[in-house]
Amino acid sequence: MTSPLVDIRGLEKRFDLSGSFLEQITFKGGRFQRKQEAVHAINGVDLQVQKGEALCVVGESGCGKSTVARTVMGLLSPSAGEVHYGGQRIDNLKGGDVLPYRRKMQMIFQNPYASLNPRMTIQQTLEEPIHFHRPELARSEVREKVQEVMQSVGIDPDWGSRFGHEFSGGQRQRIAIARALAVDPEFIVADEPISALDVSIQAQVLNLLMEAQETRNLTYLFITHDLAVVEHFGTRVAVMYLGRVCELAETKTLFSEPRHPYTQALLSAIPRLEDDRPNYIRLQGEVPTPVNLPSGCVFHGRCPYANERCRQEIPRLIVTDGGSQVACHAVEEGRL
Amino acid sequence: MTTATLSRWNRFRESFLWYSFKRDKVAIASSIVLLLMVLAAVFAPLFAPTDPYDLAQIDIMNSELPPVGMPGADSAFPLGTDAQGRDMLSTILYGTRVSLLIGFGAVVLQAALGILFGLLAGYLGGRVDSILMRIADVQLSFSTLMVAIIVGAVFKASFGNLMFGEIAIYMLIFIIGVAEWPQIARTVRASVLAEKKKEYVDAAKVMGFRTNRIMFRHILPNTLSPIFVIATVQIANAIISEAALSFLGLGMPETQPSLGSLIKSGFDYIQSGSWWITLIPGLVLVVLVLVINLLGDWLRDVMNPRLYKG
Repeated sequence: MTSPLVDIRGLEKRFDLSGSFLEQITFKGGRFQRKQEAVHAINGVDLQVQKGEALCVVGESGCGKSTVARTVMGLLSPSAGEVHYGGQRIDNLKGGDVLPYRRKMQMIFQNPYASLNPRMTIQQTLEEPIHFHRPELARSEVREKVQEVMQSVGIDPDWGSRFGHEFSGGQRQRIAIARALAVDPEFIVADEPISALDVSIQAQVLNLLMEAQETRNLTYLFITHDLAVVEHFGTRVAVMYLGRVCELAETKTLFSEPRHPYTQALLSAIPRLEDDRPNYIRLQGEVPTPVNLPSGCVFHGRCPYANERCRQEIPRLIVTDGGSQVACHAVEEGRL
Repeated sequence: MTTATLSRWNRFRESFLWYSFKRDKVAIASSIVLLLMVLAAVFAPLFAPTDPYDLAQIDIMNSELPPVGMPGADSAFPLGTDAQGRDMLSTILYGTRVSLLIGFGAVVLQAALGILFGLLAGYLGGRVDSILMRIADVQLSFSTLMVAIIVGAVFKASFGNLMFGEIAIYMLIFIIGVAEWPQIARTVRASVLAEKKKEYVDAAKVMGFRTNRIMFRHILPNTLSPIFVIATVQIANAIISEAALSFLGLGMPETQPSLGSLIKSGFDYIQSGSWWITLIPGLVLVVLVLVINLLGDWLRDVMNPRLYKG
């Protein structure tokens, strides 16, 4: 395998809950105690995104998918771990050093109603990044570039003088995609780009993204909770649970033979039209709070195959014979 | 007219602001009155029969003449004259000009300081926010008038009366402007806190734009409507503050009177029958402040995001 385009190593992100030093002090049982609490949003995520692929990250709400996306883009700084792009570490770059990577990496956001500046016309929204990143271009060249990119996402270039609120959700998301494409990026992080859209529009936007991938040779990190989208779109899939990757596999492999008990439960929950399949796997209990992480495997409290080792030791991703990577002691030991 | 300004004008014609303005009689009446007063004040040298700053045009023999329609009135002075023989109409026109200038100037200064500090506090957060907002809190805990009186008195004592008279207008703009910036800074900060969580700000960060650009080009335009409302009301407040300071003798000097100092100069004669020297400028001041406040109320209603989001 060639070296990955984006390499995420041991990424961790904690959000502090306890506030300033004075707020941490509590009086309990006759003694002063200092209490520090944090939400452990991501706990050691390793992911490699290969050039040209669409790596989908799936998981339920609060499992840290969006935090991974925002940390990779530098909107959040990681508590631990590293993010490498094309062999260069980028999570600790300061000021101007990060600019060349801003051009290569772009992001598409979840909510198209909030991701366009309401006081700027579409033309201004699209022109600004080009002006900023390629100051050598003349005005007419910038305008040409904007027209080209608007056409490529299926927005009439004559609509440039309109404002974001004059468009529908799907059109806005197209404009947001155009903004990301305007600086000719190589890598796009899409944070649930279609979940805020109408079902009828979702397919259009998804096809637009796939088309852009083909014509512009893009690499995607695609965050979603929609498994149907993953099946349609993803080259590989990473399943996350409580801030850890529990399974990483080619899309086909993952859907045909899921190995991790969580993935199995997740896939069995997809509603199907035929009724001849066995009932879906019911998991016991609820997702534990990310404030007090369970010891060992984060899934052990709900896993039907959990044993003593699962309660003690954190499982690492191991390569199985099917080619998928699974973080599960039961799979490693051959119990599953 | 270029196409850009034309389309901007068309856009305004189609906006909710214009629509609700056309349907609000109070707003229309207030703006007409305000417009007339501003025009009359700005072009005071054209409208005023005499120049109250020019001592050669003043005759002390004409002092304390009553307005037209009263016994002993002189038709050359429709609103009568003051104790120095100045034509009241001319003096009020020039005085309104001074009052409006101080009101606008003070608000421009307030807005500049308030927007800058509010943006910094809201966007950068953390320590910058704490320091700036504590300064604002401390300043708000003093009455504006008290600060202005102390500063004004110190300046008056150190510069002397003559020198103070020359720089009084700038001094008043400075004092009122600096004393009231926390009002605007707090409003801006609150809007910035709401705006900076929106995804278009993240999109701008992902583009690699610098903090200054994000603050002033992306967030500031989205916080302008509340600033606009507050600034309108603050103009009225600044005019009132100026009048109060002038009334206390710390404002504009007698030689270039504002509405406040006119009221004050007439106050000494109100018991001796020359009521018009105080009453007429007082009425002008009340009408001026009232129409600005009415417009401010209308703006606040229109731009209330809970009533209309746009």
